[in-house]
Amino acid sequence: MKSLEELKAIREKMKGQVDIREEGSDATRVVVGMATCGIAAGARPVLTAFSNAVQERDLKNVAVVQTGCIGLCQYEPIVEVYKADGEKTTYVKVKPEMVDEIIDQHIVKGNVVTKYTIDAAKLG
Amino acid sequence: MMTEISLNILDVAQNSVRAEASLIEISVDIDSAADRLAVKIKDNGCGMTEEQVRSVTDPFFTTRTTRKIGLGIPFFKQSAELTGGSFSIRSELGKGTETEAVYVLSSIDRMPLGNMTQTIHSLVTMNTHIDFLYTYSADGRSFTLDTREFREILGSGDFDAPEVSAFIKDYLAENHAEVSKLAE
Repeated sequence: MKSLEELKAIREKMKGQVDIREEGSDATRVVVGMATCGIAAGARPVLTAFSNAVQERDLKNVAVVQTGCIGLCQYEPIVEVYKADGEKTTYVKVKPEMVDEIIDQHIVKGNVVTKYTIDAAKLG
Repeated sequence: MMTEISLNILDVAQNSVRAEASLIEISVDIDSAADRLAVKIKDNGCGMTEEQVRSVTDPFFTTRTTRKIGLGIPFFKQSAELTGGSFSIRSELGKGTETEAVYVLSSIDRMPLGNMTQTIHSLVTMNTHIDFLYTYSADGRSFTLDTREFREILGSGDFDAPEVSAFIKDYLAENHAEVSKLAE
């Protein structure tokens, strides 16, 4: 069983590290809607998938945060990606299986995954 | 409608986050002998007026302005009452709010508890400025997660740092498994 002793070891390990995570103006923000509508539509595993993916890839300038209802409940789970230049992309009906593609294509390489965006959903 | 009790808990705890609580206490207590599963969510946030408390179980009441419907509390209440259980909410302006849902454990209409590890982990790592006291008990066995202890050991609230976040996830998963196993 995990004990708090392990947390002490983690603290010692972290002391030796210089925090190179900068959440300044160059940060990308991944915003997951976590109101009732989002949660009921499956936002929790999506949020977890984004947090895990960002940590696994060790992406320093990416912050995964949550927000409330943005008034487009029928499109939940909704994920908004804000790039450093202020450009916003709205992904809709997001599933955990889509997360790797959004991270690799959009957040790392800068190519919006158009097929998952709200514009694509409205056209379809 | 949520598909897991743990999703209702995540949703209702978001109300405590928005109420600017500094401490949110969540407990899940399974008692097979009494055939009940009780969930309590208590915060020290801004609380509500008597009028608001009366209206909050009404789906057509919300303080939000983005839309006119608020389903969080109604869903939670309905999920418990469907099983023949009960629901209560108490709140005091400036003091905080406490909600309790009691489910009849063996009811066919009781949704599964679901992934409590994911619920508590996302609450703790996404709201590092808030303390959480989480207790999970099953038939006399229990474990507690207290972020005030974590904060003291770490000397900070870096619950979203990769190592700490991974520790919290494992701590929850392993302790949930351990308590459930012993309770069987």
